[in-house]
Amino acid sequence: MREFRSFVTKEFRHIFRDRRTVLIVLIMPVVQIVLFGFAISTEINNARVDIVGDLSDPSVRRIVTRIDNNGYLNIGKVYKNTADIDGRFRKGKADVAVCFENEFDDKLNSLGTASIRIIGDGSDPNSAQMIVNYVTGVINDEQGDIDVAWSGTGPSGSSTPAVKYMYNPGMLSSYNFVPGVMGLILMLICSMMTAVSIVKEKETGTMELLLVSPLKPVWIIVSKMIPYFTLSAVNLATILLLSRFVMHVPLRGSLLLLVFISLTFIVASLAIGLLISVISSTQKTALLISGMGLTMPTMIFSGIIFPCESMPSILQYVSDIIPAKWYIIMMKKIMIEGVGFGYMVKEYIILLAMTAFLLFVSTRLFKNRL
Amino acid sequence: MECDKIIKVTGLTKRFGNFTAVDHITFDVRKGEIFGFLGANGAGKTTAMKILCGLSLPTEGSGTVDGYDIRTQQELIKRNIGYMSQKFSLYPDLKVWENIRLFGGIYGLGFKEIKQRTAEMLQSLGMEDLRNEPVGSLPLGWKQKLAFSIAMVHKPPLVFLDEPTGGVDPETRRMFWEMIYRAVGEGTTVFVTTHYMDEAEYCDRVSIMVDGVIADLDAPDALKDKYGVPDMDSVFRTVAARRPAGKEAAGA
Repeated sequence: MREFRSFVTKEFRHIFRDRRTVLIVLIMPVVQIVLFGFAISTEINNARVDIVGDLSDPSVRRIVTRIDNNGYLNIGKVYKNTADIDGRFRKGKADVAVCFENEFDDKLNSLGTASIRIIGDGSDPNSAQMIVNYVTGVINDEQGDIDVAWSGTGPSGSSTPAVKYMYNPGMLSSYNFVPGVMGLILMLICSMMTAVSIVKEKETGTMELLLVSPLKPVWIIVSKMIPYFTLSAVNLATILLLSRFVMHVPLRGSLLLLVFISLTFIVASLAIGLLISVISSTQKTALLISGMGLTMPTMIFSGIIFPCESMPSILQYVSDIIPAKWYIIMMKKIMIEGVGFGYMVKEYIILLAMTAFLLFVSTRLFKNRL
Repeated sequence: MECDKIIKVTGLTKRFGNFTAVDHITFDVRKGEIFGFLGANGAGKTTAMKILCGLSLPTEGSGTVDGYDIRTQQELIKRNIGYMSQKFSLYPDLKVWENIRLFGGIYGLGFKEIKQRTAEMLQSLGMEDLRNEPVGSLPLGWKQKLAFSIAMVHKPPLVFLDEPTGGVDPETRRMFWEMIYRAVGEGTTVFVTTHYMDEAEYCDRVSIMVDGVIADLDAPDALKDKYGVPDMDSVFRTVAARRPAGKEAAGA
């Protein structure tokens, strides 16, 4: 036990002696949360809508006013020629154009139908789709009002779905990225830091010294992990506090459950770090592997940025082997939906199995590579 | 049981697949002597040493180190030997006293014992003023001397030195050997590998490994007489040149 204690003390000394590391490890979660929260937002605000048509037309004016009143949409420029749309899009002055047919009001009243065309700047498909959806929504509202006005007050034959997002009524993207960033940060800190600190000992030759010492390899591993485990716990607390009080992401479920699952995930990440340390012989390699081989796939495949459901099935299988994916799913369930453990048994078993597997393989390899 | 033999191995062999790194070596090291373990790079020195330190198991053969079996009592061996490696291997970002504290702790010394050993050690090294310096800022010679003292922190009866003086200037090397002699004077057995043949002269007995086998083993003077050459350098080259023809290709 004495051996073990002096070794853990030494690990903490390494970390705290290197100010830059401490700074990176403790400040990175804050920066990431703030970055994702304020800069990288996937919500649409202030989309610019151009109107192509005649504003003196009463029906057109009514619809335009509706669009203008919508919080997410602003009216850009009004002009009469559809040929101008292209120019406006190219200059980046408009995100979407709504074109009304000539004599819109007359046709609507006499023929009972008049056409509107919505043209979106599709160069960024995600945001284009969202903006078009907003505009369509506004026009549908108008449609509903027309229906009511024309068919009298009674219920008409058509039905309009009222949409409500149960767990995230405001459709805030922070509800998605906070659990995502938690997964990313914990994965990054635990794996990268552990890997680098072990490989560093290999590189400088101190590992040899530890191996000929009476310290058992298992204890070397454990005492390497403890400081990073502690740091990760601090990070977890930082992220949770920030998300609760700065980003206003709710924590509807049990904090205990969240911590419990996070600790499992941290152990999995530590095991990955150990695995990386076994296969790399220099700190640079370790950094590269954890940077490119771990962070990127985690970002892309864990559903933080791209929803896994819309990936081709092959990539969905790839995403299934990313531990962070399962962790993030569970975090969302606990934080946003507020459900209990019963609703995530499958995910937890998968994560636990991965953890056990990684731990087994990495300790095994570590011992064999002495 | 022969009490005066601190290391005793018979037919020690280590194979990696088809490659035989150590091929049936048999030798012993007497208590209190300086045993030089010579050989060219790749001759199998490191592999043999790893087995003796309890780091790896022999494929064949048996032996004891400090009375403990190299196959079954590796943990006890580790506890009772000191080890210093060719690469400088203390923690450069830790202070001098923190390094001593760490290895004292790892070898199971108590807090008071460590404190006392630290004071003794710093005094005999003349490094009291450098107590709070990070080890990385010390000159290489100082580091090596500190590393040697730390390898002896738990006062082991046997210490393994793997090319301890690599890259060190002649003056520091001389001082380093004075430390070795002092340790031997206090009853420690020293098992040392080196590429410096002048250092081989300082050993009580040397063995010369060539392609996994011990080509010769005796006191330096006896070897010089045997081959009729004036110094160990010539002895080494004569012995190494006798490598069996069949092994030439494999060794290259």
